[in-house]
Amino acid sequence: MSREDVLVTADWAEKNLGTEGVVFLEVDEDTTAYDGGHLPGAVKINWTTELQDPVRRDIVSQEQFAELLSSKGVADDDLVVLYGGNNNWFAAYAYWEFKLYGHEKVVLLDGGRKKWELDGRTLTTDVPERSGTTYTAKPADNTIRALRDEVVEAIDTKNLVDVRSPDEFSGKILAPAHLPQEQSQRPGHIPSAINIPWSKAANEDGTFKSDEELTALYGEAGFDAGKSTIAYCRIGERSSHTWFVLRELLGHSDVKNYDGSWTEYGSLIGVPIELGSK
Amino acid sequence: MCGAPDQAAQLPAGTDLTKETVLAGRVVAGDKPVGGAFVRLLDGTGEFTAEVVSSASGDFRFFAAPGTWTVRALSRSGNGEATLSPEAPGLHRTEIAVA
Repeated sequence: MSREDVLVTADWAEKNLGTEGVVFLEVDEDTTAYDGGHLPGAVKINWTTELQDPVRRDIVSQEQFAELLSSKGVADDDLVVLYGGNNNWFAAYAYWEFKLYGHEKVVLLDGGRKKWELDGRTLTTDVPERSGTTYTAKPADNTIRALRDEVVEAIDTKNLVDVRSPDEFSGKILAPAHLPQEQSQRPGHIPSAINIPWSKAANEDGTFKSDEELTALYGEAGFDAGKSTIAYCRIGERSSHTWFVLRELLGHSDVKNYDGSWTEYGSLIGVPIELGSK
Repeated sequence: MCGAPDQAAQLPAGTDLTKETVLAGRVVAGDKPVGGAFVRLLDGTGEFTAEVVSSASGDFRFFAAPGTWTVRALSRSGNGEATLSPEAPGLHRTEIAVA
């Protein structure tokens, strides 16, 4: 796996907007962003209603994922280009779900909406019409997904990478600072976790830093390349960004995303929690 | 639930300004509001904390905590920043001039 296999540039995207077999999918934290303008031909995915189960707290099932992509007109062998706002947080989360359900050809647009907008590239409000497909999702690949018991067992054993901001890590605040802070769970972090905020992996324009910069970043923060890794944040989207960096860009083999993340861990009865920075 | 708030809107229903420290402001170029600017909140050590997009009226908003914060805007009209030091919960306002 190398950078060219998992990332495309804005220039590449602009040249391939109408290419047969290439589907652009926009996934935003702000689910109305697409409606105000998107890449020509891009299809919207709403992460709150389409990538998560509508009732249980879980990602969509294999069947639901297949139904979703069939309805969006995505074929099994299409090259899916995911992009979104907020430095691709939710696009990375979608990327992780696409990999989980075995989609072969999927890439992220480096810089997402932000770079596209700062470059002044074309956005449109036209919504494309795509005919439905019969998409086949594969069984979930749980080698890239961590569940809670595994996270507790990983304390002092695996790399636990907490990618939230330092103030969330230390327990000063419970949610990113653009969201209300009222939550039910306890603040803090998983004991033995190292705090490497997702933002350190990105440039100011939303593109990923170079492999050399990324390797240095994690090395200096105490990441042990010889160990398995679990990344977490608050709800699993920022950690998808770091999961992407560690597994897809840097090629570490056993890296899992803990999508339950702090909203689950911080609500568990009886698990250890550590406060403060280190 | 977790969607980015409409930055131009009033504070969300139920926001308790005796508990929440809200940092709000407007991005301007000269006297014109700058919509679509990427506004990031940096903590007292300059560490990235959060990012939002300013509304058509240039408005943005963060939920933070007492302390020292920098708000930095990137836009097609240029970049700029401002510093806020809220000492207590409440609504704290600023303006970021970009050039």
